[in-house]
Amino acid sequence: MEAPIYWPTFFFLLFSAIACAFAVAVVVTPNIVRMAFYLVLSLAATAGLFFLAGADFVGAMQLMIYVGGTLVLLVFGVMLTSQDRFISMKTSGFELGVAVTLGVCLFVVLAYCARSIPEWHGMKAKQVSAVPLEPTAAPLGMGLLGARVDGPDRSGYLLVFEIISVHLLVVLVGAAYLARARGKKNLLVE
Amino acid sequence: MNSLVLASLLTEPVGVSHYLVVGAVLFVCGVVCMATKRNALGILMGIELVLNGANLNFIAFGSPYLREASQTLGLDGQLMSLFVIVLAAAEAAVALAIALNFYNSFSTIDVDRADQLKG
Amino acid sequence: MAELFISISIWPWLAYTLAGLVQVTLIVTLVAVGALVFIWLERKVSGRIQDRLGPTRVGGRFGWLQTLADGLKLLTKEDLMPEGADEFLFRIAPYVSFCASLTAFLAIPFAGGSYPFVALHMNTAVFFVLAVLGLEVFGVILAGYSSASKWSLFGAMREAAQVVSYEVPLGMCAVVPVLLAGSMDLVVIGDRQTGTFWNWYLFHDPFTFITFWVYFTCATASVNRAPFDLAEAESELVAGFHTEYSGLRWSFFFMAEYGSMLAVSLLASILFLGGWNGPIPVASLLGLTFENGFWLGFAGNVLGTANLIGKGVAGVTVMMWVRWTLPRLRIDQVITTCLKYCVPIAASMFVGATLWQYAFPNGAIFPQSAAAYQVREPWNAKAEAKSAEAARVEKTASREPVATEFTSGRTAEAAPLSARTPDPAG
Repeated sequence: MEAPIYWPTFFFLLFSAIACAFAVAVVVTPNIVRMAFYLVLSLAATAGLFFLAGADFVGAMQLMIYVGGTLVLLVFGVMLTSQDRFISMKTSGFELGVAVTLGVCLFVVLAYCARSIPEWHGMKAKQVSAVPLEPTAAPLGMGLLGARVDGPDRSGYLLVFEIISVHLLVVLVGAAYLARARGKKNLLVE
Repeated sequence: MNSLVLASLLTEPVGVSHYLVVGAVLFVCGVVCMATKRNALGILMGIELVLNGANLNFIAFGSPYLREASQTLGLDGQLMSLFVIVLAAAEAAVALAIALNFYNSFSTIDVDRADQLKG
Repeated sequence: MAELFISISIWPWLAYTLAGLVQVTLIVTLVAVGALVFIWLERKVSGRIQDRLGPTRVGGRFGWLQTLADGLKLLTKEDLMPEGADEFLFRIAPYVSFCASLTAFLAIPFAGGSYPFVALHMNTAVFFVLAVLGLEVFGVILAGYSSASKWSLFGAMREAAQVVSYEVPLGMCAVVPVLLAGSMDLVVIGDRQTGTFWNWYLFHDPFTFITFWVYFTCATASVNRAPFDLAEAESELVAGFHTEYSGLRWSFFFMAEYGSMLAVSLLASILFLGGWNGPIPVASLLGLTFENGFWLGFAGNVLGTANLIGKGVAGVTVMMWVRWTLPRLRIDQVITTCLKYCVPIAASMFVGATLWQYAFPNGAIFPQSAAAYQVREPWNAKAEAKSAEAARVEKTASREPVATEFTSGRTAEAAPLSARTPDPAG
């Protein structure tokens, strides 16, 4: 029974292995800049998984905002707040043990749930190749403007979109206010 | 059953459940990260991992390649994950501002040191 | 290309591997040879600007082989690492930068038509290229942090602040051609500008003309070229983030820098300067199009590739010219330029271009070519199939692709927006 290798699955396994391995590395490493680096690799591999699932716009968005924006911001924060040359904060072995035990239990439950529904086990290769390749960017844009093109009775997201826009503005102002330099006090410290 | 899964792992297309398992790994790693790190920014990274695991689930449920098109979330899944990504960016900005503020006052970002209101 | 290999009947997986290898080899060659040529060119340009000759001896008349000699010297240098450095991150940082700059070339098309020269034909190529180029900063930050040197750390922090700020106006500028073309596909954007140079988006309207210059400024800043090269700033930070690097790793940083300079220049050429469509449409005048046969079209595409690379090199040369002409800005001036000037200008140009497109859908100054690319969305096609009426609308409005998209796309589901979005009042 030598079945040919199904290549999308091969790439799925590759990307998911990278994503999972570096996610574990994020937990294990004590050095916070390495954590950020592993997180970048994990999130980039997740973007690869998004591309594989046909969500090309979300994948590019993930690369741009998450990896290129949010994480650069995080590393920037790490550098601004570092006291030693290489900051690392150790956790006690007991805490780590409890957390890992609970985590493994949680994972077993989640994975069991995910595997227990037969409809979620995937389709046959023929069915998958019959699915047309459709670009997602324009339908997503229409959806954000309230007009859904993929189904007649699905709702648009105009209000959500507007709320998030205002929210982002508020966040921008709020973050700038919170992080501003505090006049005299700061000068003295420096 | 287990051996069947392994045998068909490379020759059959993946399904929603495969994505869910990967999402679960990311989620659990994030939770453990949040629980064990004492650095405020480390906790923030754990949150990013959790959000990412959730995102992966949204994408999986919305993808027409993983289960029959009539049963998927359609674009809803992708739209939701877009919102998650954008809000995660906003959350990171605010959290970073708080961390910087905290650092200005206490010269550390160890969250255990934020105990001024402790009775 | 994979189809070509499959058609000569080899195993599909081998065909895909071969096609991938060919494309990757071409891209790596472009980046590596590009770096060789650009370093030589930089020396010549700086020499001429400073009233010198630049390299003259190595390899004959113009010092052609100077870079190669430099490369050999770098190869033989000792691979130093500072004592307190974070070893793993220090070693891996240059490759992170280089990979990011190389990956951007995957989605950049070099010629269009029915068989575009592109390694990865993506629907969201503009977005992808910008996203991947933004990752280059990670290598720099890691290098700066892991070197355990304050010069490096300062350089890296400046770079992080600068790149994150400049991505905002850069994205806003790149959105304008996307808006005009109605697609984020770079092949489509390039093909929409066929014909003579007044079809270029640079000359589409006054707003795009200004947008191009803002884009070029921001692109220069986002690849850390002078006058925005605060991350290196020789006069203050020794050499910035790569102070502690030597030998091959150091040269990888430079390959990455020149690679991303070429990438943003190519992107500028495709977005604003017509891409592979020259000032004069030589290829179509000679009949080198895919309508006249595959190989003639192929020859036309080769011409187009040469054209695009020529434009890209011209863009890089302008960056060099700017570098050796203007003094370096201070960090606060760099951020001011971004947030107080580039972002507002880019935002207002975006609004202006939108309004212009709304007022003159066919172009006002120079009439746009009627054979412009038709935006076809899936729901559009479905609506067409459903009714001949939609097809008729499409025909009469073929000069207004954006309008067409809305008319035929919304006929099927013409329900008002208010019925679809939840009502805030309850």
